[in-house]
Amino acid sequence: MESAPLLEITDLSVTFRGEAGESTPVRGVSLSVNANETHAVVGESGSGKSVTSLAVMGLLPKASSRISGGAIRYRRRDGLTSDLAHASDGEMRRLRGAEIAMIFQEPMTSLNPVLTIGEQIAEAVRLHLGYDRARAKARAVEMLALVEIPDAARRADDYPHHMSGGMRQRAMIALAMSCNPALLIADEPTTALDVTIQAQVLKLIDRLRLETGMGVLFITHNLGVVAEIANRVSVFYAGEVVESAEKRPLFHAPRHPYTRALLDCLPARAKRDENNRRILNPIPGQVAPVKAGCGFAPRCVHARAWCHEVAPALEAEDGRVIRCHRWQEVA
Amino acid sequence: MAASLSSVMPATGAALFFRRLFRRKLVLAAAIILLIAIVAALFAALITPFDPGAMRVARRLRAPDGVNWFGTDELGRDVFSRIIWGGRASLGIGAAVVIFSVSIGGLLGLLAGYFRRLDAVIMRIVDALMALPDILLAIFLVAVLGASAFNVILALAIVYTPRVIRVVRASTLVVRELPFVEAARALGVSLHRILFVHVLLNVASPILVQATFIFAYAVLAEAGLSFLGAGVPPDIPTWGTMIASGQQYADRAFWVVLFPGLAIVLVALSLQILGDGLRDMLDPKLRKAL
Repeated sequence: MESAPLLEITDLSVTFRGEAGESTPVRGVSLSVNANETHAVVGESGSGKSVTSLAVMGLLPKASSRISGGAIRYRRRDGLTSDLAHASDGEMRRLRGAEIAMIFQEPMTSLNPVLTIGEQIAEAVRLHLGYDRARAKARAVEMLALVEIPDAARRADDYPHHMSGGMRQRAMIALAMSCNPALLIADEPTTALDVTIQAQVLKLIDRLRLETGMGVLFITHNLGVVAEIANRVSVFYAGEVVESAEKRPLFHAPRHPYTRALLDCLPARAKRDENNRRILNPIPGQVAPVKAGCGFAPRCVHARAWCHEVAPALEAEDGRVIRCHRWQEVA
Repeated sequence: MAASLSSVMPATGAALFFRRLFRRKLVLAAAIILLIAIVAALFAALITPFDPGAMRVARRLRAPDGVNWFGTDELGRDVFSRIIWGGRASLGIGAAVVIFSVSIGGLLGLLAGYFRRLDAVIMRIVDALMALPDILLAIFLVAVLGASAFNVILALAIVYTPRVIRVVRASTLVVRELPFVEAARALGVSLHRILFVHVLLNVASPILVQATFIFAYAVLAEAGLSFLGAGVPPDIPTWGTMIASGQQYADRAFWVVLFPGLAIVLVALSLQILGDGLRDMLDPKLRKAL
């Protein structure tokens, strides 16, 4: 593994301005992605994982949100480092697609319905690689073949509605990969697909990572998917990283009560340990406004009085970090 | 994109589209009538037996016969020839109004739909314009600008542009929130391209439907304005000016108003029917019902 990470997010906070005042769905998040590594971000809906990825892409809605703290350092292909949290629009636009690409959750609607798949890939290639029409078209066919779409030359002339969901997600991946990005952000790319297709798409992303050596920031709420694809895992809860570790130690010895609760919810584990099966405590009303104390305390079976009063700091222990007062007692 | 091998397959997109569109005989009939009207207007000089301005006072107000198929008017001019040439003017004015209002309305609608700040400004002006009755606004504008074919086009374009803006803005508001717009941004596509390629192509069908309706309205409105004397000057034959100058002879020579009136009705109705057909085809919800 290389020494300097490809993407290093430090202490990132994102603030949204709404009618009810400001809220901060991402608070002090730090994580890094190395080249040739898949870093999975797991969390429930609203835990801030998608907002984090949009912040990296510079796609946060300008009118209602801002990056209120921290830095997003990205090591560019030319060796220099950009802080994406403070990059200009022009710089972001040059990086997006060319160096940092993104695939989205909804393969049904993430492709333009009135352009053929080939045209959409060609558009990106002409924009970033400066190819002419003919070369761009050839590149589109090549990319579709790369993502294992059969009869790619003919499929390039298809419109998105001619394709099944799984094939559209492959086309989406082909589009994202068309300019050889160094960093791929995948925001729940398999959520809308059925399980068999899901496995194929995950394998495809992993194969492309191995072949190109790109870093992957993989956002999901599905621990089964994490188990398949991740090298490292960060668990998000209410806008904070509560635990971050290599995949194996995280699955075998989860430290944070939330990670443990999440893993206990997995059907496979529950079966193995039927008596011990636990359901995660339901969310007590709104998760967002955490004034003091640990964000997870209201749902935590191990919470003590001080957990509600004092926010825990991130503690490091051989290559992993945990944000919990009591992890040593609980573990 | 060049025709690919897939066009050999039973139905390409366009062929299928037209086959479905013309499955309804009424729409097919409307399209044929329009086609005839357009061809006649384009090749008016080849089709017409007489010069539309040639006066033969000896043959004034003659009923339709073998020489003057639609009769002659009060100055002995051939009504048939005048209808063909009038169609050229009426359809030309209609088409110009469509081009004007669709291009300007389309642009402003896209901007209003995409940029919230512009939206407030543009839509207040649109609301103000749409609060005025169409024909009164057009008469007022022609009165201010002066009666000429170009000013009629300008006035009608100003009247109908707000309709296009409304439709395009509404569609843009929907399209801009679709994930593929964000996906295009995530690929580094410029705002300009997102707006004029990705969004515009997706709002093209409501624009097309609106264009056919505006064409129909414009043909009717031009006739109305000319009839009221607030339109094209009477020396230029249009369907409207023909009815206007022929009205006082209508009791003795019905043909001087009947035939231009029929031409207006046929063309306007055909455009409306075609517009309805297109709308039903392009709106997926209505298409299922067909």
